[in-house]
Amino acid sequence: MKRGLIWLPLGMFALIFAVVAIGLTRPAERTVRSAMVGKTLPAFTVGAIVPGKPGLSNTMFADGKPRLLNVFASWCIPCIAEAPMLLRLKKMGVAVDGLAIRDTSIAIRAFLARNGDPYERIGDDRQSAVQLALGSSGVPETFVIDGKGRIVLQHVGDIRADDIPEILAALEKAK
Amino acid sequence: MALLTATPALADSTLPPADFANTQLRDPAKEARARDLMGTIRCLVCQGQSIADSDAEMAGDMRSLVRQRILAGESPTDIRDKLIASYGDYVTYDPPFNWLTAPLWLMPLILIGIGAWLARGSFKRRRG
Repeated sequence: MKRGLIWLPLGMFALIFAVVAIGLTRPAERTVRSAMVGKTLPAFTVGAIVPGKPGLSNTMFADGKPRLLNVFASWCIPCIAEAPMLLRLKKMGVAVDGLAIRDTSIAIRAFLARNGDPYERIGDDRQSAVQLALGSSGVPETFVIDGKGRIVLQHVGDIRADDIPEILAALEKAK
Repeated sequence: MALLTATPALADSTLPPADFANTQLRDPAKEARARDLMGTIRCLVCQGQSIADSDAEMAGDMRSLVRQRILAGESPTDIRDKLIASYGDYVTYDPPFNWLTAPLWLMPLILIGIGAWLARGSFKRRRG
């Protein structure tokens, strides 16, 4: 028994060393994901931010058709990179709604004029209240909402070309 | 030169901070309640800080939300529960007891137990 115990400190050291080594080579993912995935959209109503486009409310999503809810902002650089992908999705017949975080009408109009406009509706989330209710922790993020108003997928970060199949699959499954 | 004029990749918006982001509530009792809660909510952008400590815009919006809800008469527990519903337990610095956090709560007790057992062993030996 005592003979064996002498190896215990070395064993503990090896264990701690292994844990640290794994942590160094594979840093943990730090993104805070929404806990709302799989749940119904929280109740919200926000006004319009661009003339001619309606604002947003949760009841608009329960119309039987799956849609994308894109959380974006004119001051967000990755949102510019994402814009062509949203336009491509729109061309494929996907309905896209936007939620503008901490933005102004002038800035959004300039952003849409420059980067294209895939949105059917854009809600004005001036103090990030809806964003916080959705469990989104940054811009851009995209939620796939099914026809009953349930969140089925959260995509964190800008949508890239190789993310499109996953989003289309989620939309197809949500039908 | 290009470096000096480049805008940072994670830019902030141009809007001023939310109403109650940096403004205290008039009622000191309510402000104290809001402040206690803000100390236990994690900033989602700078994850080592509470929203009370953080300068991030989103933390400002969260402080504003906490103060507005306290002002509307909601209890801190309700506000915390709603944030947990959105973001999961990670958003609070006061983790609930469940199978995932059990080691966190129980490990100190187990370690004290092991320590007591070891100490007892060595005291015995000295006497003998």
